[in-house]
Parts: sequence; structure tokens; C-alpha cells
Amino acid sequence: MANIALSSDQTPTLQPGRVELLLRYLRRNKGLAVGLVILLALTLFTVIGLLVVNPKSAYPLSAALKQPPSLKFPFGTDFFGRNLLAAMVLGMWQTAAIGLLAGGIGTLIGVILGFTSAYFGGWVDNTVRVVCQVLTPIPVLLIQVVVAGSLDKRDVTILTMALIVVMLAWMGPTLVIRAQVLTMKERQFVSVAKLSGVSDFGIIFKEILPNLLPFIAAAFVGQVFAAVFASFYLAVLGLGPLREPLLGNIIWAAQSQGAFFNGWWWWPIEPSVAMILILGSLALINMGLDELANPRVRRTE
Amino acid sequence: MPTTTSSDAQSGSRNASLPFTATGGRPVLSVEHLEATYYTDLGRAKALDDVSFTLSAGEKLGMVGESGSGKSTLALAMMRMIKAPGRIEGGRVVVGDTDLMSLSEEDMRKARLSKIAYIPQGAMNSLNPVTRIGAQMVDAVKSHIPGEPRSSIIERCMHALRSVDLDEGVFRMYAHELSGGMKQRVCIAIGILLRPEVIIADEPTSALDVVTQRQVMETIDRVQDEINAAVILIGHDMGLMAQFVDKVAVMYAGRLVEVSTVREMFTEPKHPYAKALIGSLPNLDNKGVFQGIPGLAPSLLRLPSGCAFHPRCPAAMDICSTTRPEVRKLASGRIVTCHLYNEEA
Amino acid sequence: MANLLELQNISKVYTRGLISAKATVALQDFSLTLREEEPTIMTVAGESGSGKTTLAMLLLGFITPTTGQIIYRGQNIVGLEGKDRMAYRREVQAVFQDPFAVFNPFYTVDHLLSVPIKRFKLAKSRADARNRMEEALTAVGLRPEDVLGRFPHQLSGGQRQRINVARALLLKPRLLIADEPVSMVDASLRASILETLRNLQRDHGVSIIYITHDLTTAYHIAKSIIVLYRGSVMEAGDVDKVIKSPQHPYTKLLVDSIPWPNLDQRWGEQPIKVRESGGDEGGCPFRSRCPVAMDICSTRPPLFQTSPSQAASCYLYAEKPQIVAERLSELLPV
Repeated sequence: MANIALSSDQTPTLQPGRVELLLRYLRRNKGLAVGLVILLALTLFTVIGLLVVNPKSAYPLSAALKQPPSLKFPFGTDFFGRNLLAAMVLGMWQTAAIGLLAGGIGTLIGVILGFTSAYFGGWVDNTVRVVCQVLTPIPVLLIQVVVAGSLDKRDVTILTMALIVVMLAWMGPTLVIRAQVLTMKERQFVSVAKLSGVSDFGIIFKEILPNLLPFIAAAFVGQVFAAVFASFYLAVLGLGPLREPLLGNIIWAAQSQGAFFNGWWWWPIEPSVAMILILGSLALINMGLDELANPRVRRTE
Repeated sequence: MPTTTSSDAQSGSRNASLPFTATGGRPVLSVEHLEATYYTDLGRAKALDDVSFTLSAGEKLGMVGESGSGKSTLALAMMRMIKAPGRIEGGRVVVGDTDLMSLSEEDMRKARLSKIAYIPQGAMNSLNPVTRIGAQMVDAVKSHIPGEPRSSIIERCMHALRSVDLDEGVFRMYAHELSGGMKQRVCIAIGILLRPEVIIADEPTSALDVVTQRQVMETIDRVQDEINAAVILIGHDMGLMAQFVDKVAVMYAGRLVEVSTVREMFTEPKHPYAKALIGSLPNLDNKGVFQGIPGLAPSLLRLPSGCAFHPRCPAAMDICSTTRPEVRKLASGRIVTCHLYNEEA
Repeated sequence: MANLLELQNISKVYTRGLISAKATVALQDFSLTLREEEPTIMTVAGESGSGKTTLAMLLLGFITPTTGQIIYRGQNIVGLEGKDRMAYRREVQAVFQDPFAVFNPFYTVDHLLSVPIKRFKLAKSRADARNRMEEALTAVGLRPEDVLGRFPHQLSGGQRQRINVARALLLKPRLLIADEPVSMVDASLRASILETLRNLQRDHGVSIIYITHDLTTAYHIAKSIIVLYRGSVMEAGDVDKVIKSPQHPYTKLLVDSIPWPNLDQRWGEQPIKVRESGGDEGGCPFRSRCPVAMDICSTRPPLFQTSPSQAASCYLYAEKPQIVAERLSELLPV
């Protein structure tokens, strides 16, 4: 039934608007919808929080110590006197920064390397492919821990965290995008573009790239997820920038002070919940985008 | 004189619209007033509108029409394989003595392949690539006759392979080891495993070259002779119809506009659309003369008023844009749905 | 008299596998000459595996020949750079089989027409470009307002293929490769598309190479025909003669299997012999399926001229004068 011929002498009925089509799609792809909602809520929390909260109170010795959640301190305070609400807001923002930075760099490398090696082939392709395949089995966690651990404590900043995380994460997107470009390169519309005089770069940027946007978006979300997760566990191990109220840092601090034994339950629970929400929403969005990008998985309208 | 069928008693006043049977034998297939509609986001599309015809054992019917005319939908409807947003909304499909529309899901599943077999378009590309051909054939039999002993299942499969002129060794091969024509013949073999009474082949040769096409069609011919089934060939290649079928049915916008014997269709088509189709065919005597049909087939979502063909019809009259033509059975036994023949019925 | 296009002893061999290299000969020692002042419609007919698609890819410069050269207006197309390459692209175009695959699903169908206009500078302004697009669309029987601005999946197969042909009209190349342009289109639309192609040749001087396996449409549109089988030329000549009185056993089989829409022209007189695999390296490629194969067929037969405008590569005609592959084109009517 997909092949219904259109009549030549009747005016077309109104097509449902783009917004409506989007909403209909979201109703079908519930995972994506839920993930987006959670992410939106978290973003609102962070943005409003950044406007409302005094960032200084996220650092030690800015408020009364070890206070449980109350009206004055909605999230309580910790051993060092951090206002945990401020800490959470700032921590979320920093986590987002690491995620976006590392995710962005990883995806950018993936796009550049994936496209060039797939389109031009030859020795470039072989080199990139071999390098990716050799680096992939390397245990990422170990390397990250070693690198982070061997850095001088003062050098560990948000930026360096992002770089450590990206270091061994760019191969995934590269190989995925390369595979997609290889298939797309053989599609007939690329041949027709060549016949129409489009240059090689024109084909890459104007013909192939737009069709890969869903893939690139999915790769980006995947990279952000991996970056956030990596920064989290590195911080939990105490390898993060300790002064910053990174969510993982808070947990590490809480754990090293024996928060549960001492009855300060709110201290580690809040960042844990936040982390679950962040990672959960990213994972749902990633799965949702997967379905969007792969038309065979997608149920046709 | 057309013979009456067992369903005459129920159809009462609509007797006049039941089609004839060419050979005069008892029809093995009787499709009566079949209706199907698709409820899409963009509106309702009536894919099948009061479709009726009959077929006898050993007879071949060619179903032609443009894409979107409803011919593939007809096959799916007969097999009760129409999925949402489509729905069958009326009519009967009687094979032998059973109305397929009245069967339960489970009974219908059993009826598929054993009473009525469907070889879909591109079937050869839907063969499972990772299991051997033999395993797929055995599976088909087992799911319909659970108790049959393995040795007799294998004998049945080998017999089917021999019927389609394939070597028994194909049983142990994988799909990718076979050529296009061979794969298509495997699909035909699977179709005849349970000796169905009706075989529906939807564009069985569209991806094949001319020589292989002939081979496959000759195979279907032979196979039909052997099990005395009725065959419906769905396609748009009139040449293929001329070489193969006994009767031709033409569909347009979900309605059956003409059913005639193949000779009548090619020498003296009645419906203007059928006439235009025949007129556009290339043959050895009119080299260089091209005569297409102007205009485009209408969308099923927005059919013209009255007769769906009237905007493109060279013989359109005033009545054609206001009133829907009824299905008429002519004295010769042919079926036409056109106002031009209102008096002849 | 300049030559528009010359294929000189083209062969294309694909090798697979590292250890046991399996060579598939897609096209063997193929030669053809098209002259500039005589635009013609030539058909290359064959089943799948005959080499016709390989030929199309070679002509369009998408693959390079293993041996031999393709000379376009005096220059080898391998190694054309810059302006010359653009000129070649401008003058050699194609209409492909699958109406959907040629469209980039990300863009509307206008993209197919607007990109070449832009790249080849065919219009002086946006309005001019739009005019040309509308003209071409109208010429193929479409209403521009029904079609422009739509996405490919919103149109029918017939409409899409008409847009493909409109693109060819728009570009008015010197050489148009039409690779099965009507095989995925309804019978009622075939006639008008073929008519448009014929008008291109007759009124606009475009040479067309019509590649197909459907001899019926080939008969109607082409003047000359080359029949390929597994990479070699079996028969060639005036299309009327070849189809009405085929000489080569393979052509006879093909013509006999054509489903003519005519009840008095039945197919199936020639028996179809199943091809035995292997055993025909060297020699006539049709040998294993040929009902009249002889011992001598184990060496490749040359082309024999069976009549002033027909030639077949078959030892059945060994007493006729031989033609060298390179001179085959002179035989073909224009």
C-alpha cells in the first residue's frame, strides 16, 4: 500500500504538521520520549539551579556541617560544609560539560575519520581501520585509571577529565560511521550526484552527511553516555578533580567519611539518584535514536 | 449457460453479478463481493470494492492492473493476510466447500498452503539464507501435518522438487547457491507441497530474464496440470498473460472492471481502460508506434466521483462522473463494470 | 568525422580471493564506435551476467577497464581532470532502472534537477532554473505543482521515473545511457517514457544506448542491437533483422522466449537446455547451453557477417566473411 499513486488533478489534503508527526512518533517510541522528558527535567534543574544558587556554597566550609535536608538546606550539607543543593547543581553542570566536551570531540573525530577513510578508501582506510581495531580491545578502565592516577593532582581538571575519557572512546563512532558511509557510498543517488558534477567533498557533505545525521546523533549520545559514566567512576575512585563538586567526587568523599555508618544518608544518596537519572535518560535516548536511525527497526507509518 | 454455484442460494438478489466459469465445471474458487479498506493517517482507502469472480480446477486467471489498483491486496485478502491498518470488511472466499472468511485463526493457518497457496512477489529473496532448502520445505509440511513421518515428508519434498524440474540435490543446498530462476522454482515447489486447490502467484517472474521467465512459467503450467489446481497469476505484463492464462481480470482503483477470456480480451476488450491497455502494447507489426494512457491512476484516498476511470476515459459520458457503474454480466458471460454496457446486461 | 565515443578492445575482469584467485570476465574484448553527427539509439541486450551493466558503468566512468581504453572526443576518460572531466560529465548522462534509488531521501525531488543545473551552470538565475525544471517536467507529462517540493516517498514509482527522464531532458547530453529505464514501471507508462527517449534522439540529437533484457521494448525504440552473453557479443546488427530473423542460437532462444502480447505468436519452440557449470573456459560462452554446439566451438568464434547489417559470432556461419571486433560498429545502422 505504500505505492499509492497520487492523482494529478486533485489538490492535496493538508499534511499533518511536523510537530504533530513528531508527537505521534514519540508516542510510538516511548523509550525516546521518557528519556527526553527526564533529560529535560534534569536540564531545567541545572539551569534554574545555576541561576538561583550561590556557586560558592558548593565548596567546603560554606555552610553548617552535616545537616540533614531541611528547609534551609533542601539537600542537606556534608561533612565538609558544602551546601549539597549547590553542589548537585554545580556537579550536574560539570558532568554535563565533561559529557558534552568529550562526546563532542569523540563524535567529531569519528565523523572526520569515518568519512575520509570510507569515502577515499585505499591506504587511508586501511590505516584507520587497523588502528581502530587494534585499540578497541584495550581495557579502557585500566588505562583511564592509570593515566588519571599518574597525573599530578593539580592537573586534573574538567578538561583533562574529558580528554582522558575521549582518549580511548573515539574508535567506536569512527567504525560505525565508516560502516555507514561505505554502504551509503554505493547508493545510486551518490552515482547520480557524481553524474551531476558534484565534487567528492560535495558528495560527502551534501549528499551523504545529511542522511547520516540520525546515526551521528546516536553516536554522539553514546559518546556522552560513555563520557559521563567514565567521569563518574573515575571520580568515585577518587581520581577526579577533588575540589570540584562532581557527583562522583561527592560519593567518593561520602564513602571515605563513612557516611552511611554515620547516618548521613542524604550525602551519598542524592548524587547516586542523580547519576542514575542522567545515565538512564541518556541510555533511553540512545536506544530511541537507534530505532530512529535504523529504518528497518522502525515500524513504518 | 453459466452453472449455478452452491452460494447462489445465499446471494439471492445479487445473482446477476456472479461471474461465469469458463469450463462449465464446478468452481473450485469463488470470491464473492470481497471488500477491504485501509484506514491510514491520511484517510480511508478502499482497496477492494465488491470484487467477485470464480475459477475452476485447472483454470488460469490473470489479474492485471497498475500499482495501487488492488491486485496484490486481493491476494492478501484471500489469504487473510491483511494487517492493520487494513481490514477485510465483507465478502466470502470459498475454496472447495469452505468459506475462508469464516474460519478461525488456527483453521485459516492450516488452510494456507494446504488449500490455498500464495507465492508472494520477491519470494525468492525471502528464502531463509541460513537454513538449507530441504529444512525449509520440511518445516512447511510439518507445520501443517504434524503427525506425518519424516520419510514421507522427505518423499513429498523430493516429489515437489522433481515437479519443478530441479535436481533432488537442491534439497541439501542453501539459497545463495541457487540462481534466481532456481530459487523461484523452489518457492513454487514449496507452494505445491500440500497439493493446494488454488495457487496465487504474485509477479513470480518480475526479476528474471526472459528465458528463465519462460522456464518458470512452463514449470507452473506443468505443476498445475499435475495437481489440477486453479492458478491466479498477478502481474502487469500483458504479454505474459497472453502466453499463459485462460481468463484475464483487469483491476482499476480497487474494482474489477472487466473479466474476459484471454482471446476476447486481446481481440475485443470491452472496458475503455482494458482497451487502452491493449492498445498500448508493443508488437511486431507496429514498430515505433507508442500509445500510452494519458493521466495517472487516482489515489485510493481521493477517488473521482462516479466511475474512477472517467477522468482518463476517452468514452466518458455525463453519467460517468455522477454515478458508480455496477458490475454487469453480459450475455456472453463476460463481466464489465462500465456505463457503456448498461443495456447489454 | 569525429568520433563521439570509442571503446577499444575493452575487457573487464574481476578477481576474487587471495589464495585461489577466481577470475570473472564481465566483458571481453568489446569494441564500439559512436559517431558525433549521427545520433542513434542502440540497444545492448542480455540477461543478468551478460556484462551490460558493466558496460554502463564503464561508459559512465564509474569503473575502469582492465584492458583497453575508452576514448571520449579524442581523450581517454581515465585521467580526465578538471574542466575536461566536467565537460565529460555534462555530456554523458544516464537514466537508471530503479525510480526510487536515484533520489536522495533527505531532499525533495527538486534536488535531482536543481543540482545539475547548478553544477553545470545551465541557468542564469533562480527563476530561469525553475523555468527549465518546470519545462522538463511538463514535457514528460507531469504537473510541476504536483511534484516539486515533494519528497520521493510521497510520489508513485511512475512519477519518479518520469522525473528521472525529465532530468535527462533538462541536461540534453550528447550520450544518454538508459539502463532498463522502464522495467520497474507499469506497462501503461512505458510507452510514454520510451516515446520521450525517442524524441530526445530525434529532435535533440542525443545518442542513446538502451540497455535492457526486454527485447520487445528494444525492438520498438532502437535502430541497432548488440546481444551480449556472459561478456561477449553473440550477435549484432539492425534491430529489425536480428529480432525477426535471429542468426545466433542464443538470440534464437531469446527471441523465442519473448512473451509477445499476441495469442498467435506462441513462445517456447526452442527447448531450454540447462547450463552445465564449468567447462567453458575459452571457446564460445554459450557452448554449454547451445543445442547445436560442435567441437570447434571450444575455440572462441569470431564475428561473421551474415548479411549487410547483421553479424553473429557462431561457427554455423563460418563460411561467411569475418569481421574484426573493432569494425563491428560500421555494420550497425544509424
